[in-house]
Amino acid sequence: MSAQVSDRPIRRIDRVVIRFAGDSGDGMQLTGEQFTSETATFGNDLSTLPDFPAEIRAPAGTPAGVSGFQLHFSDHDILTPGDAPNVLVAMNPAALKANLKDLPPGADLIVNTDSFTGGNLKKAGYATDPLTDGTLANFQVHKVPLTTLTIEAVNATEGVVGAVNKKEAERAKNMFALGLMSWLYHRPTDGVVDFLQKKFGKRPEIAKANIAALKAGYNYGETTESFSVTYEVAPARMARGTYRRITGNLALSYGLLAASELTGLPLFLGSYPITPASDILHELSKHKPFGVRTFQAEDEIAGVGAALGASFGGSLGVTTTSGPGLALKTETVGLAVSLELPLLVVDIQRGGPSTGLPTKTEQADLSMAIHGRNGEAPVPVIAPRSPSDCFDAAIEAARLATKYRTPVILLSDGYLANGSEPWLLPTRDQLPDITVALATEPNHTGAKGPEFWPYLRDPETLARPWAVPGTPGLEHRIGGLEKADGSGGISYDPANHDRMVRLRQAKIEGIASDIAPLEVDDPSGSARVLVLGWGSTYGPIAAACRRVRARGMHVAQAHLRHLFPFPANTGEVLRAYDRVLVPEMNLGQLRSLVRAQYLVDAIGYNQVRGLPFKAAELEGVLEDVINQ
Amino acid sequence: MTVTTENTGLTNRLLDLVPAAPGKQTRKDFTSDQEVRWCPGCGDYAILATVQGFLPELGVARENIVFVSGIGCSSRFPYYLSTYGMHSIHGRAPAIATGLATSRPDLSVWVITGDGDALSIGGNHLLHALRRNVNVKILMFNNRIYGLTKGQYSPTSEIGKITKSTPFGSLDRPYNPISLALGAEASFVARSIDSDRAHLTSVLREAANHPGAAFVEIFQNCNIFNDGAFDALKDRDTRDDATLRLTAGEPMIFGAENDKAIRRTASGSLEVATPGADGVLVHDPATPDPSQAFAISRLTGESAGVTPIGVFRSVDAPVYDEGLGAQIAQAQAKQGKGDLMGLLHTGETWTIS
Repeated sequence: MSAQVSDRPIRRIDRVVIRFAGDSGDGMQLTGEQFTSETATFGNDLSTLPDFPAEIRAPAGTPAGVSGFQLHFSDHDILTPGDAPNVLVAMNPAALKANLKDLPPGADLIVNTDSFTGGNLKKAGYATDPLTDGTLANFQVHKVPLTTLTIEAVNATEGVVGAVNKKEAERAKNMFALGLMSWLYHRPTDGVVDFLQKKFGKRPEIAKANIAALKAGYNYGETTESFSVTYEVAPARMARGTYRRITGNLALSYGLLAASELTGLPLFLGSYPITPASDILHELSKHKPFGVRTFQAEDEIAGVGAALGASFGGSLGVTTTSGPGLALKTETVGLAVSLELPLLVVDIQRGGPSTGLPTKTEQADLSMAIHGRNGEAPVPVIAPRSPSDCFDAAIEAARLATKYRTPVILLSDGYLANGSEPWLLPTRDQLPDITVALATEPNHTGAKGPEFWPYLRDPETLARPWAVPGTPGLEHRIGGLEKADGSGGISYDPANHDRMVRLRQAKIEGIASDIAPLEVDDPSGSARVLVLGWGSTYGPIAAACRRVRARGMHVAQAHLRHLFPFPANTGEVLRAYDRVLVPEMNLGQLRSLVRAQYLVDAIGYNQVRGLPFKAAELEGVLEDVINQ
Repeated sequence: MTVTTENTGLTNRLLDLVPAAPGKQTRKDFTSDQEVRWCPGCGDYAILATVQGFLPELGVARENIVFVSGIGCSSRFPYYLSTYGMHSIHGRAPAIATGLATSRPDLSVWVITGDGDALSIGGNHLLHALRRNVNVKILMFNNRIYGLTKGQYSPTSEIGKITKSTPFGSLDRPYNPISLALGAEASFVARSIDSDRAHLTSVLREAANHPGAAFVEIFQNCNIFNDGAFDALKDRDTRDDATLRLTAGEPMIFGAENDKAIRRTASGSLEVATPGADGVLVHDPATPDPSQAFAISRLTGESAGVTPIGVFRSVDAPVYDEGLGAQIAQAQAKQGKGDLMGLLHTGETWTIS
């Protein structure tokens, strides 16, 4: 049925944003994922944004329990999951209530009329039925009795009747919705059929029921009069190569596996479950063939402690967490600064402070990552800009950690973690060589002969030698007490402490000349305004820049991957523009840093709503700053 | 390569994974050039001397031994040994050692900690290292006081203790570290005394010979802030009556005249009786059920006028690091070693040409 020709006129469009919304138990994430898979296979560029409540099963039928999945796909390269949906699929009144405010007038709205009962309307907070009271007058409403049609289709399927109960039949309604949307947008559904057969391999009758619902949804589109046209979004023109779709957390997991192979160090992950970082623990725990050791610790502190212990033993020690966990790991990160051992600390940021908004995104841990330790404890901080970039960012974090013998904090966020996009797969020779050389020989001649001095630094990088237990002749003791420059023995000497503090700082600041300079995207070369971002805001900022440029205005964009230290040319870049705008999903943490370091009076634009920026919103902000 | 068992009679299968020393070692081989800076008269000196004296007996290469400590007086210990060592942060040594031991089965990993470090700020890590049965040997020096911070009461200080932070007497009930370790179902639990070199050496030997986590409480005198805390167990006139030396397979008889014994009461608790009484217990640390070991741990100077020392429990239990290594080996045997580029190409891919 993938290539079925419809009798309906086809309208070619360049992009579309679809949002599936329903109760937490309605399978909206799965539906969105499958639609996205179809779309990726079809060759569109795409970007997704799942949005779900923190509660596993929030009260059914209420707006608090609504789970949504938004997908933006196009025939050209796109940067964001889209500002507002062109199409909303609402499985119940609560989903309608929670999402209607985002829907622009004229948008298509597909509703499951079966769920618009008195009880459900009340739970959603509707006094009257929005399907009939005029609430939806500005939209193209398609009323579909999804539940009834699903049950009818399932009951008419051979080998299913009697084998699945009513509840199981009804649960297939998300596949009916998927089938209908697949018809409307000419998506191939073969992959979904394969997926269902695999997923329900042990209960083939359930697979059959779901496939029946999928087909029924597809055919319903064909027969109903409700849709006057279907839409086609042609495949995007993308760079040559092999692609797959990837979320940020999966890309990060793969990046860690790659970093292990590229450094030649076994991977050790010490972690404590926390949203939205747990998926990395889940993923890496599967990959035992790579020799990965995953350790689910008793708490966040033990997670990072075990990782540091493994680093001492010559592993690539990694810990993964989110903001509250990073707070707990602080003291151990400080120890790693003092021990000068490699350690990767991955923070998938979420809304804070405290427990905050566990399933929502934010980038408000930057100040904590850079400053949040006792004493002068500099730590490199880097942030990926897109889901697939998490792969490269993980490798870069490992490169810095191992080369400079330092903890590195990698700041991803909830949006990157769960969002997805197509990823042009790298070839093996495109990955950097970051092989690590461990110390094997004494490096100093003392009164009694050859000795090993654990703090005798490489004059170029200022990194200390890394000798792991098991290496004969290099036995040494290190700890959190201040160490004598060179020998590494305990030292309380004031001048030595001053020197060591400065050496540790100089080592990390020296990284500025070992990273790519800050690039500026200024196609016209006439921009007077620079927009500076970091992390996951790259997509919306770049999309907003395109929009204002398309309207004849000039704007330059620069995006920081390294937040500490900044690339060496950062001050030069910032000072080349009349105005610098820094949009952030916090109250101005990067802005404070650039103002303090470069005395540039940057302008902030700040939103902490738990959701990524919208391109249209930033477009307006940019326009205002350009016209100032 | 590994000759440890032949040399020493140690039969720990995990110790066999650690490379052997190239030749005979002496105490001097384990002495670092650092000046020892504990207070004169501190019990830590005796423990250090005993450990340095014992390590040659392990028979493993010096570079494959690692001592990890937390914070406190005892935690300076690694600096005074010539092995690899890490002086870490307060309470976290068991967690750090877990990562090290789990990733490096070729190392002999020891944790040095104190009553404040292990039972207060680091209580959680101690419990979980014991519960998981990670292959680390944890030596906890218990002086029943905070020394390095200059004399506050600790989680093992007796109730009512007058200290700088409790001028009206401490209100908290102390832990019994042995009971605590048994509660976590530690597979090896023992107690010794700083000044009893022969006994401490024998306990260290048994701990080293145990595959898995070993918890050893060492009574240690702090002559500055809590002097004489264990005098009853050390004083020539009182020690034989105050100490029950646990020996596997032997009846629990003690006293200067061997005139006291331990037997079980109807309630299941233990009491001091005479050697001829009914139900005198024979010590069996290998009993899988920890109930009897726990009952023995409840005997204290305060409760029964006698303190047991020796090995309370030593049982075979699955070792965490061994299990993790086996999972990896099995996965690699079944699926082959991981192929990175193959992994990246899993799932649905599409090619633009």
